[in-house]
Amino acid sequence: MAEAIPHAHAQAHAVLEGPDINRALIRISHEILERTKGGENVVLLGIPTRGVHLARRLAGHIRQFEGRPVPVGSLDITMYRDDLRTKPARPLGRTELPSDGIDDRTVVLVDDVLYSGRTVRAALDALNDLGRPRAVQLAALVDRGHRELPIRADYVGKNLPTSKSEIVKVYLEENDGRDAVLLLKEDSE
Amino acid sequence: MKRHLISAADLSRDDALLILDTAEELAKISDRSIKKLPTLRGRTVVNLFFEDSTRTRISFEAAAKRLSADVINFSAKGSSVSKGESLKDTALTLEAMGADGVVIRHSASGAPYRLAGWVRGSVVNAGDGTHEHPTQALLDAYTMRRRLGSLEGRRVTIVGDVLHSRVARSNVLLLSTLGAEVTLVAPPTLLPVSVASWPCEVSYDLDTVLPKSDVVMMLRVQRERMNAAFFPTEREYSRRYGLDRERFARLKDDAVVMHPGPMNRGMEIAAEVADSPRSTIVEQVANGVTTRMAVLYLLLGGADLGGGDQ
Amino acid sequence: MSPVSPNPASIVIGGASILGGETADILIRDGVIAGIGQDLSGDETVDARGLIALPGLVDLHTHLREPGREDAETVESGTRAAALGGYTAVHAMANTSPVADTAGVVEQVWRLGQEAGHCDVQPVGAVTEGLAGERLAELGAMADSAARVRVFSDDGKCVSDAVLMRRALEYVKAFDGVVAQHAQEPRLTADAQMNEGAVSGRLGLTGWPAVAEEAIIARDCLLAAHVGSRLHICHVSTAGSVEIIRWAKSKGWDVTAEVTPHHLLLTDDLVEDSPVGAYNPIYKVNPPLRTREDVHALREALADGTIDVVATDHAPHPVEDKETEWAAAAMGMIGLETALSVVQEAMVETGLLDWAGVAERMSYAPARIGRLAGHGLPLTVGSPANITLYDASVRREVDPWSYASKSRNTPYEGRALPGRVVATFLRGRPTVLDGKLA
Repeated sequence: MAEAIPHAHAQAHAVLEGPDINRALIRISHEILERTKGGENVVLLGIPTRGVHLARRLAGHIRQFEGRPVPVGSLDITMYRDDLRTKPARPLGRTELPSDGIDDRTVVLVDDVLYSGRTVRAALDALNDLGRPRAVQLAALVDRGHRELPIRADYVGKNLPTSKSEIVKVYLEENDGRDAVLLLKEDSE
Repeated sequence: MKRHLISAADLSRDDALLILDTAEELAKISDRSIKKLPTLRGRTVVNLFFEDSTRTRISFEAAAKRLSADVINFSAKGSSVSKGESLKDTALTLEAMGADGVVIRHSASGAPYRLAGWVRGSVVNAGDGTHEHPTQALLDAYTMRRRLGSLEGRRVTIVGDVLHSRVARSNVLLLSTLGAEVTLVAPPTLLPVSVASWPCEVSYDLDTVLPKSDVVMMLRVQRERMNAAFFPTEREYSRRYGLDRERFARLKDDAVVMHPGPMNRGMEIAAEVADSPRSTIVEQVANGVTTRMAVLYLLLGGADLGGGDQ
Repeated sequence: MSPVSPNPASIVIGGASILGGETADILIRDGVIAGIGQDLSGDETVDARGLIALPGLVDLHTHLREPGREDAETVESGTRAAALGGYTAVHAMANTSPVADTAGVVEQVWRLGQEAGHCDVQPVGAVTEGLAGERLAELGAMADSAARVRVFSDDGKCVSDAVLMRRALEYVKAFDGVVAQHAQEPRLTADAQMNEGAVSGRLGLTGWPAVAEEAIIARDCLLAAHVGSRLHICHVSTAGSVEIIRWAKSKGWDVTAEVTPHHLLLTDDLVEDSPVGAYNPIYKVNPPLRTREDVHALREALADGTIDVVATDHAPHPVEDKETEWAAAAMGMIGLETALSVVQEAMVETGLLDWAGVAERMSYAPARIGRLAGHGLPLTVGSPANITLYDASVRREVDPWSYASKSRNTPYEGRALPGRVVATFLRGRPTVLDGKLA
């Protein structure tokens, strides 16, 4: 998930621009097809907000390559977070499962940034209450490291070494009017 | 959102929409095989019921349990309260148990405000005397929204004993916050003398109001009101203010009929009307659970606000 | 202020402003005012420069709770509070337990007052046995007792039966008594919780309509005129009541009326919104707090003499009777120790009354209505030395824990009020000096 709003004094530089993001998503689409024997039984579930857009784009690419649609949905993990008590109650995102559900499917979770792994942990718990997939895989546009749980991504757009003080910000056309991944460094004042 | 939900007036338009939107998402939970979320694990919700209301208590209990909260039911009957323990002492007991949320139902108007002064947890008003019942108004608004879409500009008619109705008070406040146009219809004896200062219209004549109503909400009429000369006879009340088949036939085609229950069939509402597809009475019960889940989540699901709004 | 020995032969109160007007010394000897003038001397001197000298205040409406509710107040604690509030005499209401409806009970209360010694206690007798509103109490026996009762009241309850009220009004003529009516039509106020109006409608609290007070006042004025008796109306609270009393007085009928300090200052919207939270029963009182318009009318009426008297309706209640939900809470507020300050704020600082007007309404008139000898007399040579020294220049935050009353149910907690009673003299003997009991 995207990080908090950048600090006013942060210096930003683009790690990925629009075409880079597109290339990364095309590559991930191919990898998903390879790893799932042509995308059979695959369901893409995006984690709101930007994961949902990414999942839809991946589904678009896959349909282009294979000529058949892949079910896409969204999975809100708010109610499963382990840090709910750190902030006032958050508004819920949408959970929309494809009409055939997720039982015995290969669910590919899609998120924009993979960081501590806590979001993915919450997503796995949420999935557990929704059904019983045959397998769960994880796709992330950016993996910035610093895992706090034994979780890894199956598909990564870009591995981005960062320090914890840095902020990774993902912009997507659908949400933000442009495609970019920015790395923001806090000014040391 | 404020820390407590005691009056519908505590809710801004944004707060109210947030609760309704949250309820909309949570409604999907009841379609799943696992109807439970881990969100309030480790939190304690006390249902403090000084007045019998199995329906409301069960609704709150189901809502809290679906969010994995620990639920303690405390009813006044057979407890120390019936032996004369004061509300304050009861509040201090709850405080010692570490209640994060207290859902209170009380026959005295304003009791939740007093309770909120004595406990640290969030207080949710589940009906206080003849004052308010804000979660009922929320579930009513939720039900209307599901049937009609946005409530902006919709005409809602509330019929019956407004004077003694906590449901009417909360509904008038919430619906006007949400942009609906509310009309109260009742015999003048069952309206507060100051009703003109409320954000709604008032009429004594049901038949002129019905044809333009999008929603007709019938309030329960307590039979004991008749003995206090609020109206002459049940028959006369029913004839002038009851929703019978003839009146029902004059409603707009897409108008809905609501009742907070329990109903007096044949008195304020005819049985055929209550059971018609345009009646939302059964839906209202189901919607009660999801709406109350939304309220409990938004009040208890985040950081402890510790009285930040006070 | 210099110390004063317990029983000095003479005291000079030096440099007080008499009724807020000219400055003079007051010489007290043998319990009476022996001289008023410049540069007087006596055995002891009390420096009163900058203070206002008022005749000792007289309360026509005090609940001392003894016998029966000594947990709320006693004659001892209540009269201490009275002295600290500048009072030299209080009328103790009859709704004790047992009810003050016999010569025995009123004499007991009267003696307790004598023993306490902080101020004179004049018992009020009940109009009906046990305040039940059914049969007249032995009014004559109470009038003839050592307590010499002249004011009769079922306060807390209305003498609602018109025939009984007529008989009471007639009967007390024999000993120049007065019936003080708690005007509240009982059927119109069944379960009433607060003023019936916009606030009660929103809060879902059963209304106490103004008409329930006004209807009884109108009836009783007509009854008093019909039988040619004296009628006093307790704690008038509505603009409509003021109109009716004004009309009755214009007819020349012998009708008097009182208003409480809280009805001169507080309004019913405090029940909905106040610093101590909504539905806080600290504001629960009978008759209830009314609207801004009523407060305005009451102030005007007190200023123009339509209302004769400010009476405290000091009504102590223990904490547990107020720390409850609204409907379960007791009605009433303490008032002896804040009355003069509230009157200063509501009447003097608004320019409606001067200090001579305050003396009339808080000392002369109540003593006159109660036929109370030795009180409510002007500060002139020969009058009993009942004197209150008041500093109107200060402002203090109300701290209920500093009060002598046993109860804490003041609606002014945390509010700043003007003025401070510095000293009170009862027949020349200081009961309060330097704002503390002497």
